[in-house]
Amino acid sequence: MYKSLLIDPEKCTSCLQCELACSFENEGVFNPAKSRIKIFEFEHGLKSVPYTCTQCDEAWCLHACPVEAITINPKTGAKEVNPSVCVGCKVCTIACPFGTVNYSSDSGKVVKCDLCGGDPQCAEACPTGAIVYVDSNWTGYARMQQSAVEAHNMG
Amino acid sequence: MQHIIVGAGPAGVIAAETLRKKNHTDSITIIGDESYPAYSRMAIPYFLAGEVAQDGTYLRHSENHFDALNINVLADSVTQIKVDDQSVALKSGANLSYDRLLLATGAHAIRPPISGMDSGRVHNCWTLNDAHGLLNQVKADDRVVLLGAGFIGCIVLQALVSMKLKITVVELADRMLARMMDEPGGRMIKSWCEGKGVEVRTAAKAVGVTDNGSELAIDLDDGSTIVADHLVCAAGVKPNTGYLEGSGITIDQGIVVNSHLRTNVENIYAAGDVAQGPDRSTGKNEVHAIQPTASEHGRIAASQMAGDATPYGGSLSMNVLNTLGLITSSFGIWDGVEDGERAQVEDSQHNRYLRLEFEDDILIGALAIGLTEHVGVLRGLIQTRVKLGNWKDQLLKDPSRVMNAYLAKVQGVRSVNQPAG
Repeated sequence: MYKSLLIDPEKCTSCLQCELACSFENEGVFNPAKSRIKIFEFEHGLKSVPYTCTQCDEAWCLHACPVEAITINPKTGAKEVNPSVCVGCKVCTIACPFGTVNYSSDSGKVVKCDLCGGDPQCAEACPTGAIVYVDSNWTGYARMQQSAVEAHNMG
Repeated sequence: MQHIIVGAGPAGVIAAETLRKKNHTDSITIIGDESYPAYSRMAIPYFLAGEVAQDGTYLRHSENHFDALNINVLADSVTQIKVDDQSVALKSGANLSYDRLLLATGAHAIRPPISGMDSGRVHNCWTLNDAHGLLNQVKADDRVVLLGAGFIGCIVLQALVSMKLKITVVELADRMLARMMDEPGGRMIKSWCEGKGVEVRTAAKAVGVTDNGSELAIDLDDGSTIVADHLVCAAGVKPNTGYLEGSGITIDQGIVVNSHLRTNVENIYAAGDVAQGPDRSTGKNEVHAIQPTASEHGRIAASQMAGDATPYGGSLSMNVLNTLGLITSSFGIWDGVEDGERAQVEDSQHNRYLRLEFEDDILIGALAIGLTEHVGVLRGLIQTRVKLGNWKDQLLKDPSRVMNAYLAKVQGVRSVNQPAG
């Protein structure tokens, strides 16, 4: 079974270690703006939510790509962008209903979480266990729809 | 089972691959009439700009991709569909029988009905052949009139600027991107382009073109004339349906299909730019002619052809575009509905704009300029029709908090389900 990132916002202290680790691993700089995992703050910073790609089964980004620049890493199940194939058309950024593929105007390509090839540095860096890399079978669109139904029912 | 797919663009190719995934023994044939491996029109501007080689536009990159999947690819075109004996006649003279037929024949570029458009200095920019024609004939510093500033026109504009041409844009509508951007957004894009040295003439109609052998004179309806070396026509595209004449298949704007992407004729389906399929937002049948709809259609149609009867909820109209570095996107019913509510924030100085449209407390449409982070959540919110509750009031005050609203309501982050204050 593939592993995936499991995020528990209750444990997040907004220390930004995950963003720093991600940007360093992938872009070679400590710059949260270049991180593929993002912390969103609520209630003026009292609560925070780490958020990144769930590597969903539906793979909206992969299917929307017109040039086969997004493929599945057979080892991790991650949907990975091949920057040498990506033309920068950005169709995947609007196709992904989770909003986890972003366009980088610096590179002219899109970027997304690739699970660091199976050793996600965000989980490695998280000091509180808010981000862990575990066996999982409940990520993706089904969960999102379930949440939407629950939210709908809550009115 | 014999599956025939007419058209080798994204919809046709994805349908063929999906059919193969679902069944290992059925016969699958793609018929395409262009002399290139299956490629993506979306990628052509990047080829023109020299950012990718021709093979960078190809839909699939491994050399024996279709052979490996046991998918036949025929270089031919369909001249007639014989509905009664379930077969298609090909230009080469052959006749192929089908059990299921998918029409994914895409669209062709159209030219406005004005004089002089048959000049060799007038070019389309839709196919790889068009792209090669442009690259062969147009050289740096040439004066070029780009006719049309819609979605395709603006993508082409980016490529023409990279080719170092002197460009004048002539657009019939009162703004650029009239079908994916409102008036404030269109104004922002126009002034952005002008700032980049591109002359933009909106609400301007070309009424005639004259080729004197060395240059073109393009007459506009206000009496003025633009002199140019070339004219690039991006005045729109139209579904390829000519071969269906007399077939009995219903055609309106495109081939009309139901929620199973099936035409009115049994065992015949349609997908992609040629199909007028269900729109998730309006509930009506519409020709989207966009990549995400083409790829969805391809997968759904193939599932139906393979026997899955689950109805399709429809595709969401959406676009994303880079106009000389300014990123714009549009989703769903971005111009709103009667009795709906709107949230808008415009920052002209930084070229940023966001407009959200609500029906009750559901997001039904959105426009964005200068937004590249998490833009897909706009689709997520619209597509799931999640009730935003109190978050709608927050978004009416500050639409830029849309990501927070999304996390709270769609991802169901419990502890932040109610907005503060």
